[in-house]
Amino acid sequence: MSAATTGKTPGKKAAVQAAEPEIRFVQGNEACVRGALYAGLKFFAGYPITPSTEIAEHLAELLPRKGGVFIQMEDEIASMCAVCGASLAGSKAMTATSGPGFSLKQEAIGYACMAEIPCVIVNVQRGGPSTGLPTKVAQGDVMQARWGTHGDHSIVVLTASSVQDIFEITVEGFNIAETYRTPVILLFDEVVGHMREKLVVPKQGELHVADRLYTEVKPGVNYHPYLPREDGRLPSSDFGGVHRYNVTGLFHDIFGFPTEHPDQVSKLIYHLVDKIENRAHLLARWKEYYLEDAEHVILSYGSPARSARHLVENRRSKGDRVGLIELQTIWPFPAQLVREKTAHAKNIFVAEMNMGQVTTLVKQAVVNPNRVFLVNRVDGVMLNPQDIGRVMRTIEGRGF
Amino acid sequence: MAVKDYIRDRFFPHIWCPGCGHGIVLNALLHAVDELALDRSSLCMVSGIGCSARISGYVGFHSMHTMHGRALACATGLKMARPSLNVFVPMGDGDATAIGGNHFIHACRRNIDITAIVLNNQIYGMTGGQYSPLSGPGILATTAPYRSIDAAFDIVNLAMGAGATFVARTTSFHVKEIADLLKKAVLHKGISVVEVMVQCPTYFGRKNKIGGPVEIMEYFREHTAPLGSKKLEENPELIPRGIFREETRPEYCEEYAAIVTRVRE
Amino acid sequence: MEAVTINRRWCKGCGICVAFCPKQALVLEQEKAECRPEKCIVCGMCELYCPDLAIVVDKSLKPKKAVKGVA
Repeated sequence: MSAATTGKTPGKKAAVQAAEPEIRFVQGNEACVRGALYAGLKFFAGYPITPSTEIAEHLAELLPRKGGVFIQMEDEIASMCAVCGASLAGSKAMTATSGPGFSLKQEAIGYACMAEIPCVIVNVQRGGPSTGLPTKVAQGDVMQARWGTHGDHSIVVLTASSVQDIFEITVEGFNIAETYRTPVILLFDEVVGHMREKLVVPKQGELHVADRLYTEVKPGVNYHPYLPREDGRLPSSDFGGVHRYNVTGLFHDIFGFPTEHPDQVSKLIYHLVDKIENRAHLLARWKEYYLEDAEHVILSYGSPARSARHLVENRRSKGDRVGLIELQTIWPFPAQLVREKTAHAKNIFVAEMNMGQVTTLVKQAVVNPNRVFLVNRVDGVMLNPQDIGRVMRTIEGRGF
Repeated sequence: MAVKDYIRDRFFPHIWCPGCGHGIVLNALLHAVDELALDRSSLCMVSGIGCSARISGYVGFHSMHTMHGRALACATGLKMARPSLNVFVPMGDGDATAIGGNHFIHACRRNIDITAIVLNNQIYGMTGGQYSPLSGPGILATTAPYRSIDAAFDIVNLAMGAGATFVARTTSFHVKEIADLLKKAVLHKGISVVEVMVQCPTYFGRKNKIGGPVEIMEYFREHTAPLGSKKLEENPELIPRGIFREETRPEYCEEYAAIVTRVRE
Repeated sequence: MEAVTINRRWCKGCGICVAFCPKQALVLEQEKAECRPEKCIVCGMCELYCPDLAIVVDKSLKPKKAVKGVA
């Protein structure tokens, strides 16, 4: 058996009741749908795009049954905009897309950052740039997820490598979005999105579900929609409720009205960045395998983490001191965690399906960046255990 | 209640230029809302970017100042999530017919119950007087120093072609007509598009040597005529005003609610 | 109490009310609109025309039509 330990806050999983669990055999995209509904999704707007379309298709069927709203908008931009509007009305809201659509959504993602609108954006990654490889896997959007929209800001990006994890990380994504009033990007990839495997659906109450924090300010009393509490959280009031306030993508004061006052501008940008970056340790989700005595540590995320895990189990059985850290939070990048977990490693191999986007971050994070090696594939084919094994053997001086 | 009760008066005097038609439309809109005595907590103003978009900050509604051209898309999400809201979307030339053109035709097609007001001043004002899809050929603008060669959209025909169920046009000279049309637009179930031809004295009027606000408004008085009027019949070259279409078609939120009723677990 | 109240702080002196008042009851004084009550019939058009929302007309002060001689 694996020696997995998770980086989640303990105590979130209550004792499972004795009743038979609901078990399904589903695609990652469907697990995302079920996770979103579990988290209380009430509004989905989208536009079809491979390889994320199944998310829209399943929600078109399931959301009306739960009394929620599904709408297929005229384009990717409109979908993201509609999500912003619905969220301000109080709905937990989500959209789903892939590379080209993700590029188009960046404008409104920036709006959601600035106006602190909770929402979830799923990007099931395919090959890029441009139309790229519509039906093939890649992980080239790591940096775009962080910096795709213009201007300084911060954002949360989560990922997963199995159908079960997609379900749980989707719930987590909504929790973070609602708690910190931020867009959260679920950065999956074509392989995990389309892969079918077992999903044990958690019972209601088994996973923590966070709801929006509402203001206690009474009608007729001044409500400051953009005055954060000491803990950085902003109590909400829905459009249609008793407090009528302004929301804008411009820099704004505590009432939500535009300002160019340097003090207020500075305060807001620091708040937007700090509310996430200062919580990097709280937002970090990861899994680790055999790190205690590992000489060689593989760091991976998404579908390549499965190949890495296979390789690690295989080599452990032969006595090799190989370990794996699988990131589920990519942004804010858990640099301290990566540094600590790899402190005693001779070599660090970053397995990812791009030209080294996370590798760069790992090099910045670790004590000895010269011992960080990229293991990648960017040809639309899933990175397999042999790919990782060959690079490792070469670096270890043991031949190809 | 008085019109003053619907504005955020601490932001007045507003930022619009002296004689700007946008203030007249805001004024008429507030009179319309006041006369209809709508539930104040239902009032939402969703705007895009530009001079027209500043309306959202001035009204004491739930107000969402969004991105250029995206107001209708944001408003669609808002309205679908909470259909009881009364949603107004003021748009300028760019919001409605350029960068937001796609959202405009699709909102018309869906027939979602939103009041869309197009403030047509034939120019991009906030950025300093560039030509717009509503300028038409022969217009001088900072990006058309040798006169524009682009044909203009006819907003009424565009909205009707896209399937809007309430379509009307008036001008900033016809102030009572603006308020009347807006009242009818709000009460109409489905998308309503009201085009108001407004003056931009600063960039359009000055650049094209038409004159100040009064001269442009006089132009509106002389070059338009009510639909079905003798004046229009005798002078078919005039721009028609009035209600071009007012028809009943299933409204989008209601149609969706019917699906929910049918399939709800 | 005058029927027409003009908020001089909001008035930008565009002259629209002056141009379109049916009774020429409005004038610009030092680039601000002013009402000459003796000419005003309290029709309320200037309130609607004002792009600055600077004019309020109290219609309750509209002069009653002269009632023809009742013995």
